[in-house]
Amino acid sequence: MSYIDAKNLFKEYGIGAATVTAVGGVNLRVNAGEFVAVMGESGSGKSTLLSMLGGLNAPTSGSFRVDGVDVYALTSDGRADFRKKSIGFVFQNFHLLPYLTLAENVMLPLAIVKMGRKQKLATAIDALARVGLPDKAHRLPNQISGGEQERVAIARAIVNHPPIILADEPTGNLDTHTGSEIMKLFTALNHEGITVIMVTHSNEYAHYARRLIRLSDGRVVDEGTNLQSPQSRKRRRTGGKKKKRLT
Amino acid sequence: MTLKNIVINNLRRRKARAIFVLAGLFIGVSTVVGLISLVQEMKKDINHKLEMYGANILIVPKTENLSLTYGGMSLGGFSFDMQEIRQEEVARIKTIKNAANVAAVGPMVLGPITVGGHRILLAGVDFTAAQILRPWWSVKGKMPAREDGVIIGSDAARVIGLKPGDKVIVRGRVLPVTGVLEDTGSQDDGLIFAPLPVAQSILGKQGRISMVEVAALCSGCPIPEMVKQISAVLPSGNVMAIQQVVKGRMETISHFQKFSYGVSALVLLVGCLMVLVTMMGSVRERTVEIGIFRAMGYRKSHVLRIILLEAALVAAVAGIAGYFAGVGATRLLLPLFTQGQGHGAVSLDPIMAVTAFLASIMLGIAASLYPALMASRLDPNEALRAL
Repeated sequence: MSYIDAKNLFKEYGIGAATVTAVGGVNLRVNAGEFVAVMGESGSGKSTLLSMLGGLNAPTSGSFRVDGVDVYALTSDGRADFRKKSIGFVFQNFHLLPYLTLAENVMLPLAIVKMGRKQKLATAIDALARVGLPDKAHRLPNQISGGEQERVAIARAIVNHPPIILADEPTGNLDTHTGSEIMKLFTALNHEGITVIMVTHSNEYAHYARRLIRLSDGRVVDEGTNLQSPQSRKRRRTGGKKKKRLT
Repeated sequence: MTLKNIVINNLRRRKARAIFVLAGLFIGVSTVVGLISLVQEMKKDINHKLEMYGANILIVPKTENLSLTYGGMSLGGFSFDMQEIRQEEVARIKTIKNAANVAAVGPMVLGPITVGGHRILLAGVDFTAAQILRPWWSVKGKMPAREDGVIIGSDAARVIGLKPGDKVIVRGRVLPVTGVLEDTGSQDDGLIFAPLPVAQSILGKQGRISMVEVAALCSGCPIPEMVKQISAVLPSGNVMAIQQVVKGRMETISHFQKFSYGVSALVLLVGCLMVLVTMMGSVRERTVEIGIFRAMGYRKSHVLRIILLEAALVAAVAGIAGYFAGVGATRLLLPLFTQGQGHGAVSLDPIMAVTAFLASIMLGIAASLYPALMASRLDPNEALRAL
């Protein structure tokens, strides 16, 4: 059984003739430790799918299980706890709170966790160190670059040690070089065993993922192993099974 | 990092909004504290002045008297079955439920005497109580220090030709005149006042008294209720209240108090609406932030706590500042309301301070409850769509 198991997920907005299908019958299985890129045009339903996978957006129909738990059968508080323990979100615009220092931003998920003040700070500094920003903990977000803000957003996503990271266009606002740095960071986190599901427009960045899924009009139109990904190259060297080549 | 840190940092960042919420509650609390303090001080002032009016309850012996007096002119009357009040019964007045409101009890014995060929009323009084019951008395000379000294009303002194230091002979007793009353414009001007035991002795009314005057402190004291209580302990007395002045004054205060409460309620309502509107705006402005919190795993209750804690913190500051501002305003305004004769300084009332503090927090929370609920019920996905 897959770690993440979405079956026939539908998401419709509106009533009657005005109904719009954002996601129309997506089946998705992701094993623990996979790095999956979801691609598609604007309005293809990839962000809606990502929010459904994050327990933020209940499907109109279909089932969604993580590690055997039916996420949308949980109560609102149950889903909040699920997100706290299992999901780290990374947003396109970083969305750091401007009135908090970098360490405080990273500590935000810990504000609702029972932990000593010093331990919280140490955990946050550790997360910042993992993304390469151990010395800027007490700066404000407007005192660092966009790439560094994205790193802080990633540190905030991993500070709780979640098994899954959901990233929505994490390189959308970054230049090519910084975007590549961020993708290397995701790859490194994936190598540590974190399951990464990333929505992106960019073919270049999608190639960092082991598996590519292409959506169109809310449906999966193409899916396959990315032979260009660092992982696939490694698997090929070690004799791993070859899947359909997407690109 | 706790929810409290998020709240404090947010307040620091959004100072204008925090100040707006603070202003709403501050104006409300200071107005309420100011008006309530003003009413309290005015009551104190009026009570103080009422005390200066002297007796406001009169006790006379019960009688089947058909009074034939009008406008102070006696046309004679017929009395039968006249009772008198026994002096020892007067002490019972101090045992009534509202005894704390009794400032002075002045038993008085009255009887006609002849001095220098003039018929005149001799009044036996307790001079200590008389000074409370008749604060308007001004004596040329001095009040009787010895048991047998007397003071003479201004008219009586003029008619008989007495002055301080003279002596009057009444039924064989020589009484020194220690003082003469200045004009009072009352019946006191035509009387001779002697110590109660002396007058009782001269009039042959030992242990009996003709009437009792009572001064009740009127800090909202229930005069009709006190009349009933005194009637119950003094069955031989006919207890009457001199209520007109008290009622009039207290009614004025009561009207002002009602008006103050009305204004306070209105100002508080406006203050709460300011808080409500500001907090609604704050929640709308923070939609994305709330979406991020929810995506991180914050429960609805966490979001609710963040918003309410923010409101409570600002309201607490508003409560403290509003209390001191209200008291300060009362200090400034009191002389205007009491014609420059405020009764002492406006004191800090710890009970009112705590009440203002707690009420401000409660109002702040109550006014922010809807925005807080709105924030907590934000669909996280909808909130993140605003990204």
